[in-house]
Amino acid sequence: MADLSTNCAGIRSPNPFWLASAPPANSGDQIKRAFDAGWGGAVWKTLGTPIQNVSSRFGAINWKGSSGVGFNNIELITDRPLDVNFREIADVKKNYPDHAVIVSLMVETKEEWKEIIQRSIDAGADGLELNFGCPHGMCERGMGSAVGQEPTVNERITSWAKEYSTIPVLVKLTPNVGDIVPHGLAAQAGGADGVSLINTIKSIIGVDLDSLVPRPVVGNKSSNGGYCGAAVRPIALHMCAALARDPGFNVPISGIGGITNWQDAAEFMLLGSSSVQVCTEVMLHGYRIVEDMIEGLSDWMDDKGFETLDDFVGKSIPAYSDWGNLDLNFESIAKIDPASCIGCNKCMVACHDGAHQCIHPNEQGLHVPVIDEDECVGCNLCQIVCPVPGCITMEEVDNGFDPASWNQHLGEGKELRHKKGSH
Amino acid sequence: MSKLPDGRSEEVFEDFKSPYTEAQALVEANRCLYCYDAPCITKCPTSINIPEFIRKIATDNVKGSAKTIFDSNILGMSCARVCPVEVLCVGDCVYTAMGVPPIQIGKLQRYATDKAFEQEWDFFSAGPDTGKSVGLIGGGPASLAAAHELRLLGHAVTIYDKRDVLGGLNTTGVAPYKMPAARSVEEVDWVLSIGGIDVRTGVSVPEDISFEQIEADHDAVFVGFGLGPDRLMSVEGSDLAGIVGAVDAIEQFKLGSFDLEGVWNALIIGGGNTAIDAVREFIGLGVDRVTMVYRGTEAGMSGYTHEWKEAKMEGALAQYQAVPIAFIGEEGRVTAVRCQRLDLDKKPIAGSEFELAADLVLMAIGQSKLGDLLADVDGIEVQWGRIAVDENQATGRPGWFAGGDCANGGKEVVNAADEGKRAARAIHAHLTEAN
Ligand SMILES: Cc1cc2nc3c(=O)[nH]c(=O)nc-3n(C[C@H](O)[C@H](O)[C@H](O)COP(=O)(O)OP(=O)(O)OC[C@H]3O[C@@H](n4cnc5c(N)ncnc54)[C@H](O)[C@@H]3O)c2cc1C
Ligand SMILES: Cc1cc2nc3c(=O)[nH]c(=O)nc-3n(C[C@H](O)[C@H](O)[C@H](O)COP(=O)(O)O)c2cc1C
Ligand code: SF4
Ligand code: SF4
Ligand code: SF4
Repeated sequence: MADLSTNCAGIRSPNPFWLASAPPANSGDQIKRAFDAGWGGAVWKTLGTPIQNVSSRFGAINWKGSSGVGFNNIELITDRPLDVNFREIADVKKNYPDHAVIVSLMVETKEEWKEIIQRSIDAGADGLELNFGCPHGMCERGMGSAVGQEPTVNERITSWAKEYSTIPVLVKLTPNVGDIVPHGLAAQAGGADGVSLINTIKSIIGVDLDSLVPRPVVGNKSSNGGYCGAAVRPIALHMCAALARDPGFNVPISGIGGITNWQDAAEFMLLGSSSVQVCTEVMLHGYRIVEDMIEGLSDWMDDKGFETLDDFVGKSIPAYSDWGNLDLNFESIAKIDPASCIGCNKCMVACHDGAHQCIHPNEQGLHVPVIDEDECVGCNLCQIVCPVPGCITMEEVDNGFDPASWNQHLGEGKELRHKKGSH
Repeated sequence: MSKLPDGRSEEVFEDFKSPYTEAQALVEANRCLYCYDAPCITKCPTSINIPEFIRKIATDNVKGSAKTIFDSNILGMSCARVCPVEVLCVGDCVYTAMGVPPIQIGKLQRYATDKAFEQEWDFFSAGPDTGKSVGLIGGGPASLAAAHELRLLGHAVTIYDKRDVLGGLNTTGVAPYKMPAARSVEEVDWVLSIGGIDVRTGVSVPEDISFEQIEADHDAVFVGFGLGPDRLMSVEGSDLAGIVGAVDAIEQFKLGSFDLEGVWNALIIGGGNTAIDAVREFIGLGVDRVTMVYRGTEAGMSGYTHEWKEAKMEGALAQYQAVPIAFIGEEGRVTAVRCQRLDLDKKPIAGSEFELAADLVLMAIGQSKLGDLLADVDGIEVQWGRIAVDENQATGRPGWFAGGDCANGGKEVVNAADEGKRAARAIHAHLTEAN
């Protein structure tokens, strides 16, 4: 039985699954229920000077009957009095000493940072998360992503926090930047014990075609909000990996963004996260999703022979390389398993209109399309559109060429195979 | 465990609901809405967390999915096949209210549990030894569920069953196109694999061992001996050869072979689920004309409508509002049945007699109740042949519990599984509090 116990930047929890700072971590009662359901930690809804929220505040992308594949919000930080929040933090910690309670903070002046950090420590928090990420509302007030987009400001405020804090400090980064690396490095330079990423992505989720007002509709107006949920996972994974593989970056990462199940969590961890945080999937389905996350991750670790999280955190980083190092002589082609093909021809139209015109009708009148293997470039579009799992596989072809990357071709003159499908 | 003979008549049957492939299971699992406080759970007598096990199939955590099922119902593999899901979980899936086909919960449950059997995933181990022992009378679904739960709690268990095979009607009664006897026997072995369950087959209680002796040998007793033999009719000619109890006949062809030489016309008397099963089974076994003779109207049949619809599509014939009044035979064997029509109040209509040719008659008018065996055991109350129990499955005699068909009067496998599990928990409380 795998050991899921977690240590992320000195913050310990029974498992790597934390609630992200957001509505599911808004109050003590909620977080207690989440811990009872199995969550290992929670990042409290960002504290600061309580704000007033609008209604409505959320929008979603629905895709083929699944609601909330992408999710957007224009909610701000906590709207509850600080006294109440701190009293509840102390109460949760008293009742759940082994679970991680991290307090997310966002204030303006140095004095305010000093005071709110002290109050968090007094309440018994296990760590702090500096919210430099919120891309709406708060940034107009000079906080949130307004801080996270300026490495110098990020570093300065992080160093204030480190000056006042006796507990680990995580810096939550905004994805609303061209390159995440300088921002991670700025947090590290400010002394951060770790970073969390990503916060939400600046977005407009849609427009109401009756009223012509963008969504979410607040009376007769709307505003840009923060995008999150399953659809943002690839962006978050990249940012996590970009920092994890940067030789200058060497503090832990708490991965966030579009995590819906144990598989997503394992992917973040393989790309360098030592804990993971979830918001949208909990908002859509409740705390109960964690049972499958714990069980699935633990069984997968058993299958793979990983005993602790350290055995695989960051393990996929060496396989994440630059394009110029990929083997151009590696060749694969698509194969259709005639026994499972249902004859929908989705592969044919995809290849015909969106790839290399090498899937053709079956001349013997069978329902199984035929792949012209001499023309197939191995792009795997057909495999992606095929509705039957395992029906189209990509099979490696031995073309007799030695491995050769673009960089090796340029530098060492290594021979490349003949291009396919380029006539 | 004794093995079933090869060449059983039941082997001609194929699954009436084919198992899911992985692709099919994924499509269906992803369709489930993962409802909260889901109505499908409420309709499952063992309260399996259905949305959770389905979500786990969708996340490729099939092992966890099977665990979720077995945690609530150790007979989840057979229930997936034999439960009348149309009137249980599936019947209350919220999709129905939307006018969309409901989630095929039974087929998904079969997918996860079959995989658990195939992969030999090990989920359970016996609890620390408590030094207490429990005697279980009967080895059907109720007792098996109780035995497994008692082992989890660390009690020693002995099962007494008069047959050579365990599984009760799950092995000997349920239709082979839902589950063949062989699969039920595999399930029995799987349940017993937790260890520490002493199985005494071929032991009929109280003939071979008295209730007093069982009570003396154990710290608590669970009665799960089900229902008794088929009820028969006592009208002229009812002792002719070729007139058999339906449950008895089903057991014969499931566990061995049933000789249908010279049988062209079979009549099944009754309108309940056993009657419908028997009709479909004897059609499947190759009898030319299979006719149900029922005393009420078609709408008044107590068997499930969806099953009867299938039976008719398979070629079932029926005589409604009719009862046998005499069996006619040649050389000691039945050749025809004389029937009489009944009116809507089930009163005979004078002059309405008619004859139906028959070379096999199966009586499916109910099973007798065994509760009376216990009538002399002090403190145990028997009402209409059923053993009276409270909400914890406890009888009036301290330390004696009962569940399954003998207590509920005859329901489904899943009810027996639930009552056995709950009885085991109550027995545990009784044994630990009694300390
Ligand atoms: C023809 C038929 C078809 C059915 N089909 C379905 C179906 O499709 N789905 C479904 O859910 N349910 C079905 N049922 C109902 C289901 O089989 C029962 O509800 C369930 O098996 C009851 O379990 P049990 O443990 O209470 O009793 P049983 O299954 O009857 O088991 C009782 C056990 O006790 C043993 N026993 C009996 N008397 C004694 C004694 N004196 N001493 C020792 N041992 C004894 C028997 O040998 C047997 O093994 C069907 C029933 C019948 C008759
Ligand atoms: C409604 C809503 C409110 C949020 N509020 C906060 C917040 O107060 N502080 C914060 O750091 N992040 C906040 N977030 C961002 C989340 O913590 C998280 O970083 C982001 O949603 C990505 O994760 P997900 O894809 O699992 O939702 C909020 C997100 C949502 C949807
Ligand atoms: S989810 Fe709750 S708070 Fe939000 S709109 Fe619906 S009822 Fe109101
Ligand atoms: S997409 Fe898949 S199932 Fe459809 S025709 Fe192509 S190979 Fe067959
Ligand atoms: S009611 Fe239907 S959709 Fe809802 S959880 Fe149950 S099976 Fe899934």
